[in-house]
Amino acid sequence: MGVTVSPVLDRVDALQARIAAADAVVPVGARTHWEVGDPTTGGVEVHAPGGIVAYDPAELTVTVGAGITVGELAAVLGEAGQECPLDPRAPEATVGGVLATGLSGPRRLRHGPLRDRLLEVRFVTADGRLVKGGGPTVKNVTGYDVPRLLVGSMGTIGMLVQVTLRCQPRARVARWITTRADPFEARRRMFRPSCIAWDGETTRVLLEGHPDDVVAEAQAAGLDADADAVDGGPGWPDGAHRGRISVRPSRLRELGLALDEIDGVSWLAEVGVGTVHVAAADPDGLVAARAIAAAHEGWLLREAGAPGVSGYGRELPNLAILERIRAAFDPTGKLSPGRLPGAPAPAPSPP
Amino acid sequence: MADLEAALGPGQARAEPLELALYQRDAGVDRGAAAAVCFPTRGADVAAAVRVAARHGRSFVARGSGTGLAGGATPVGDPLVIVTTHLTRILEVNAEEQYAWVEPGVLNLDLSRAVQHLGLHYAPDPSSQQACTIGGNVATNAGGPHCLASGVTAMHVLAVEVVLGDGSVTMLGGLAPDQAGYDLRGCFVGSEGTMGIATRIAVRLLPDPPAVRTLLLDFMSIESAAATVSGIIAEGIVPAALEMMDAQITRAVEDFVGAGYPRDAAAVLLVELDGLPSGVAAQVEAVRAVGTEHGARTVRVAADDAERALLWKGRKSAFGAIARIAPDYYLHDAVVPRTRLVDVLQNVYKIADRYDLTMMNVFHAGDGNLHPLIVFDQREPGIWERVHAAGDAILRTCIDAGGVLSGEHGIGLEKREAMPLIFSADDLDAQARLRDAFDPSGRANPQKILPRGSRCGEMQRVPEGAWV
Repeated sequence: MGVTVSPVLDRVDALQARIAAADAVVPVGARTHWEVGDPTTGGVEVHAPGGIVAYDPAELTVTVGAGITVGELAAVLGEAGQECPLDPRAPEATVGGVLATGLSGPRRLRHGPLRDRLLEVRFVTADGRLVKGGGPTVKNVTGYDVPRLLVGSMGTIGMLVQVTLRCQPRARVARWITTRADPFEARRRMFRPSCIAWDGETTRVLLEGHPDDVVAEAQAAGLDADADAVDGGPGWPDGAHRGRISVRPSRLRELGLALDEIDGVSWLAEVGVGTVHVAAADPDGLVAARAIAAAHEGWLLREAGAPGVSGYGRELPNLAILERIRAAFDPTGKLSPGRLPGAPAPAPSPP
Repeated sequence: MADLEAALGPGQARAEPLELALYQRDAGVDRGAAAAVCFPTRGADVAAAVRVAARHGRSFVARGSGTGLAGGATPVGDPLVIVTTHLTRILEVNAEEQYAWVEPGVLNLDLSRAVQHLGLHYAPDPSSQQACTIGGNVATNAGGPHCLASGVTAMHVLAVEVVLGDGSVTMLGGLAPDQAGYDLRGCFVGSEGTMGIATRIAVRLLPDPPAVRTLLLDFMSIESAAATVSGIIAEGIVPAALEMMDAQITRAVEDFVGAGYPRDAAAVLLVELDGLPSGVAAQVEAVRAVGTEHGARTVRVAADDAERALLWKGRKSAFGAIARIAPDYYLHDAVVPRTRLVDVLQNVYKIADRYDLTMMNVFHAGDGNLHPLIVFDQREPGIWERVHAAGDAILRTCIDAGGVLSGEHGIGLEKREAMPLIFSADDLDAQARLRDAFDPSGRANPQKILPRGSRCGEMQRVPEGAWV
């Protein structure tokens, strides 16, 4: 393997000191996910180191500096025929940024949510300590699951500096196919497709595996694997104002029909998962989509644009527990202030 | 007791010494003592029992079938033991969305049986799956042979209704793919009852694979078998299960169930491949080739479901089989990087020799999860000391190889003092903060997982008033 290994933990001293000394700190990756959720009120901006720390393909794990980009990681894993399906829209996103925002990629139907990928984490706490959570092996129940706490924590628990991720062999064949078949019916006829993307009219399915199985699956589902083949999958809704709806998978059909009624809104649903990617021509469109999500017992996370619109649009579930956890890790509320509701009240000035 | 009976109904709580003695330990080695034990029949009764415990200033310990191996359900500090084995209803099965709501006392295997006719199954399959409860599986983040490809319990729990330490009830997670805020569901799974008690659990059900093939490979050396494990992964194959058994356990199992394992093998590998037919067929050939290349004497592919079941019966009967050899056993659960399996195993055998103990190995080779098993007769004078010393030496060997203390059994009471072997004071402090934020009362299964003193010394660094 021609992997250049670069240690991370022996060059974070300065980072620890900066975080400990600051009144407000904001970890920054590639800013591809900068607008997700509630905006930060700002602070000293800190960047995680990148690079590959350890990679042995036989372990199916890779350890990286959190500042490595998803594209760089994919290139290294690809040389060994492996992958880690983080799958953000922009490959220049950093691994740390993807983990901190907690957004799963479109192959979740088959490969599981993002939170199942992080095995071990080293993070810097609000008071500048370097802390380890989890462990480097694919299976581990040694102590509390701190890695899961950090995935999606929006930089409010600590700053991710080094992470160990679970990888997998890349499928021999990965093919997107297009159909006008009913996506829910198509799903019932397939074993484990990697993604079923549906925009209300067209269904696009990603099949991965042995070439013969891909063809057979496509045919079983009433699809033609050769006709209508598309490269690179469906177009994800694009626009200045974007969000993602999370809803029970069984509510997708009626939710999609309701979204079609809003002017200037495009959407793409992950059938079987319950994620709906939404883009709107103006902020009001996103607000309207949020109301429709709520009417279907779901919620919409603002991902980009729509300034002034709440990131979450509702009170967070179990807010009291969230507040206690956040206060336990960051008593003065200095980490990524503004992001996520439930920050501790600013400490009163010393008398 | 009067309060408990009033809350739960007559006969649902007991405090007779004989009764309590039944609940002083789980399947591990540590013993404790319960103040009382109760048997709620509804989720609301669990909350009522927790509130009674809170009123009397007592802690509480949740207990399923008591098959845990790390003392997680051992009562420490005269707690109320809340037994979930009467909460056995499967509340909902949704084949379309592929999930089920269950009460915590539902047995693991009963759930898979209940959804079998729908072509679905519940993936985590601990060896004790006939006896262990889903609630206990959630508490320990249980694994099993099929977790290699499908993942451990945490990857299969969508939502948990939890009674917190103060008796309040809340829902963690949900059926929608994402929740806003921290992944509390993920934090709860594997917390061994220290964050509260699950009263309803939504688990993911997986579709049965269209094709399944099970192979048995036998080898003249442990090294060849271990090299085959690495070779299979290097081929880009992640089997559904990849289990190894050494010579001693293979013979013991064969004598016990007659699964057709070769009695003279130094090691056997049980490999299961599943998925779509063409992929599985290609993988069977690839595994055969890798095995042969590394010196497999025979590669037996189960011809039908009956033979497949027989091969698995051998693996799953391992712990029954050893009861015929000696009355007691002591089992470890460390995980090591897959590539270190051979040298760790060699060290483990050396340790057994050094302490003059009988050692057998049956384990989840695919994910590096060792189960070195020391068999002994506790009536032998001085044997406990040797067993414990050997156990400690094995743990250290695994940790030196970059491993962790437990892959699927948990830390409980038994391994908590070993936690500092892999976690610094700061690491443990972070875990203590998470635990205490969930349960500020500290009454949920106290003194488990974290070693004594995890919070001490760290407290001074936290500004006053930061602890809720």
